[in-house]
Amino acid sequence: MRRLFKLALQKPEMAAGSLLVLLVIMFQVRSDGIFLSYDNLRGILGFLPEMGLVAIGVTLLMIAGEFDLSVGSVFALSPMTMAVLMTMGWGFWPALLVGLLFAAAVGLFNGWVTIQFDIPSFITTLGMMFMARSMTVVVSGGFPPRPDFKLIPTELFVAYVGPGQMFRASFVWFVVIAIIIHILLSRTNFGNWVRATGGFLPAARGMGIPTARVKLACFVICSVLAGFAGVIQVLRLGSPLPSIGQGYELQAVAAAVIGGTSLSGGIGSVIGGVIGALLIRVIDNGMVMSQINSNWFQFAVGALTIFAVVGNAWLRKRGRAMKVETER
Amino acid sequence: MSEPIIQVKNLHKWYSGVHALKGINLDVLPGEALGLVGDNGAGKSTLINLLSGLYQPDDGEIRLNGQPVKIRNPKEAMTLGIETIYQYNSMVPIMSIARNLFIGREPLTFSIGGIGWLDQKTMREQSVKAIADVDLHLRSPDALVGELSGGQRQGVAIARAMHFRSKVMILDEPTNHLSVKETNKVIGFVKGLKAQGVTTIFISHNMHHVFACCDRVVAMALGQVVLDKRIEATSIEEVQEVL
Repeated sequence: MRRLFKLALQKPEMAAGSLLVLLVIMFQVRSDGIFLSYDNLRGILGFLPEMGLVAIGVTLLMIAGEFDLSVGSVFALSPMTMAVLMTMGWGFWPALLVGLLFAAAVGLFNGWVTIQFDIPSFITTLGMMFMARSMTVVVSGGFPPRPDFKLIPTELFVAYVGPGQMFRASFVWFVVIAIIIHILLSRTNFGNWVRATGGFLPAARGMGIPTARVKLACFVICSVLAGFAGVIQVLRLGSPLPSIGQGYELQAVAAAVIGGTSLSGGIGSVIGGVIGALLIRVIDNGMVMSQINSNWFQFAVGALTIFAVVGNAWLRKRGRAMKVETER
Repeated sequence: MSEPIIQVKNLHKWYSGVHALKGINLDVLPGEALGLVGDNGAGKSTLINLLSGLYQPDDGEIRLNGQPVKIRNPKEAMTLGIETIYQYNSMVPIMSIARNLFIGREPLTFSIGGIGWLDQKTMREQSVKAIADVDLHLRSPDALVGELSGGQRQGVAIARAMHFRSKVMILDEPTNHLSVKETNKVIGFVKGLKAQGVTTIFISHNMHHVFACCDRVVAMALGQVVLDKRIEATSIEEVQEVL
């Protein structure tokens, strides 16, 4: 029992999970029960997948010990590429594929430069953040393209589905992808390698793990998820703007960190990243519903980030300090 | 006299302009415990890094059971049966004992293209057994390695090498920063390896540790072997003299 409690305290997503429950209760009371109403939940969940997918990718990459600040720009680049190709007469599926391949190429470049020249990914992807944003504008030609939305099977991505039209299709994508990445991380040898690579690089290398390829794979997955999230947003809004996704890179890092992911790598979970993204959405929406001046939103996210990290460190320390004998 | 398991012939290595190994010749016999001593910068670690596949020699040759081998990376070294336990570097502290034991060699229930489903049941069962086999008693394979003491960590690393039936085990300063009690434990592990017929190369600064568990002592200085004698035929004073 004590052992289980100790393990629970050391779970990285513990602090964020508790906080989420607390905030939901608080907002529910403050908003006179509107917060958890059908319409409002529908709004929150319809919006969540876009930030959530970016956060999942960033979480995975951070566990592998690297950063990606270019996700916000890739978020705009992929759908822009897709939209421009469609105005040139391409079909939706090939255009989508090329858009995602662009994202993959960006991830590959980020990873290759970082590993080959042994420089911090913070720098590589900071540079890429500007480059990819610029490419987005160049690709658009200065004007947002107007692809024929009738050619797009939006029902597969953004239409409301499920019991009572509760969820958008994007939510299903989000849940399925989250589960896949979660399984990849916790149940496969690849996940073991990711954690070892981020947890302690010399040991991973010494034990023969192909650390460069592991990191490269995480860079690519992170980038493609960001591109796909951007596509979903564009399909929801109905217009590809070159400015979408600005600031998402830092919100994604905030979501990952709030969810218990360590900046130094190795520690973190997909569930944590999802909870982090959900927390940000809940605060955004809950403040409006509770009639709090919503200019405080960014303040709240910032405070939460700091609070979550402090809380996590404290919980983990408490968990570790709990006496259970390791030796029999 | 039996064939040497590892033969090192005229091995040279330069590190950014420094001639770190100047033509090393060394035979390691099967089943023996070899103590490798020398000051910082004597070339001990360089020699070990070549044997464990972290770096490639600039000249010379390594033979395993009489066959010349190229060890291009740590994975190849492990496949050949050479396992290296570094001072700190062989365990990921934030991961469990069971996961650490199988890093890079995970048992899988099925796989596609090398990526597959972890067989966690086997991992847990076999790690419990592997740890018990080196006479280390830990409560749970799910405990994080970061919670173990330094001596226990070395024990788990040795258990790992034993589990994968390594023929040669290289221990790079395994007793550094350990308490007296823990050091004795590690020396006990090394004696246990000998009893099971594993060839051991034991690197240490501490002469007493080497003399406590090795059959032979090799001293290095400035990239060369300066002494190579059986323990009975030498003394701590003589070794210290040449260093």
